[in-house]
Amino acid sequence: MAFSSLAEIDAYMKTNKCEFWEAVIREEARDSQQPEMDIVNRMTQMYRSMKEADEAYDDSLTSRSGLSGKNGKKMADYAATHKCMCGKFGGAVMARAIKMAESNACMKRIVAAPTAGSCGVVPAILITYERMTNTSENDMVKALFVAAGIGDVIARRASISGARGGCQAEIGASSAMAAGALAWLKSGSSHLITQAAAMALKSLLGLVCDPVAGLVEVPCVKRNASGAMNALCAVDMALAGIESAIPADEVIDAMREIGDLMHKDLRETGKGGLAATATGIAVAERL
Amino acid sequence: MSIFDIVGPVMVGPSSSHTAGAVRIGYICYKLIDEPIRKVEIGLYGSFLATGKGHGTDKALVAGLLGMEPDDIRVPESFELAEQAGMEVIFYAAKLAHANPNTAVLHMTGESGRELDIEAESVGGGRIRICKIDGLDANFSGDYPTLIVHNLDQPGHVTEVTSMLGHKSINIATMQLYRACPGGHAVMVLECDQEVPKESLKWLEHLEGILKVTYLSLKDD
Repeated sequence: MAFSSLAEIDAYMKTNKCEFWEAVIREEARDSQQPEMDIVNRMTQMYRSMKEADEAYDDSLTSRSGLSGKNGKKMADYAATHKCMCGKFGGAVMARAIKMAESNACMKRIVAAPTAGSCGVVPAILITYERMTNTSENDMVKALFVAAGIGDVIARRASISGARGGCQAEIGASSAMAAGALAWLKSGSSHLITQAAAMALKSLLGLVCDPVAGLVEVPCVKRNASGAMNALCAVDMALAGIESAIPADEVIDAMREIGDLMHKDLRETGKGGLAATATGIAVAERL
Repeated sequence: MSIFDIVGPVMVGPSSSHTAGAVRIGYICYKLIDEPIRKVEIGLYGSFLATGKGHGTDKALVAGLLGMEPDDIRVPESFELAEQAGMEVIFYAAKLAHANPNTAVLHMTGESGRELDIEAESVGGGRIRICKIDGLDANFSGDYPTLIVHNLDQPGHVTEVTSMLGHKSINIATMQLYRACPGGHAVMVLECDQEVPKESLKWLEHLEGILKVTYLSLKDD
């Protein structure tokens, strides 16, 4: 796909009288010289792989480092008691996000979205939404195209690499992708897609990548749950009619600038932040 | 870049660069040597060395060398599978002067005694780059059928290779030439849009001045 801004996608939709997901499919087809049908089939396969990964969660597993595992089940059990502060939907989203991120840490099969470290955010929201609303797979795949379109613009204008832009580029991007996808599912409005994505990304600007012992585990697993809940918050604000004071493309540009200004110790080197705490250092030495 | 670099790849975790990229490096080596590997010595460098164990980089490389791709759920069991397959694996800390942080050097011996040396780096998002073949520079991603020809640095060898490809209606996507020194060993790396037939590779191997022909086929075995 070759859109370099969300404004360009907006303009394309207006000129061609199409929806956001259609613009993404058409541009990908043009760019890759593949038939649109193949692209839709491939994305459907991605969505099915996400669902398979969700179902394949194994609560008996612990990662090789011993740092991750078993919390997905704890969250799911708690959410089932209906005591969850974030409600039934929020509880299920958090449980799925943690499960997927733990599966990733335990070398199970996942779908990078946009990265392996942030693989829990988008499926947690989409799969939970599908289960609770009985939405058709067709529409879920369209929502995934919305997510991919947003992620692609972020990758082009800024980055989706923690080593380059910090965690804001991974969990921040996935949260914006999930927010845009859910805003479309809830409202069918393409205007709200960009509003929700802008507000989700704004709230995670500056988030550093500081993994303990350099591993995609602490704090990555729990940040998947937080990133997903941040997306829900952004979608609810957008649906309430709240608008982002800064346009989405400018928020993405700010993310890039913040990434450039971020010290390298805070960009996936495992040298700063949580990795540099007494406990973080002790864990790294033990491994 | 494609939207399937954003949603995708489907992969075994935990890291696209340290796990998926490492499987892919092993897999490309497996395709290049084109026969079962009996012994492999793997040097890890930079971040591959520092955090590779926690990311399963070691298991991922071995999985690829056994012919697995990044979404293969058997990746975590690759050490056991290598033992069953009779592949001896030795890891060591590589000392390299100018390498990317996520680099591996592999020395492989196949069952016929064929040897292959590869230096490869994982460049992020599961994508890789082969940087050296048998000690000479190279630069390719493994996304295309790739023909690598080691020859003496003499006039005419490039023409031999490109005429053969033209004759077989194979279009060249990219082409690179490197040499150790004038008149010494040289290598050409050609990324192609179509597959090169086996008999053409055999024909090339027997030409005077051609030292070694290595080929990356994207076809399944």
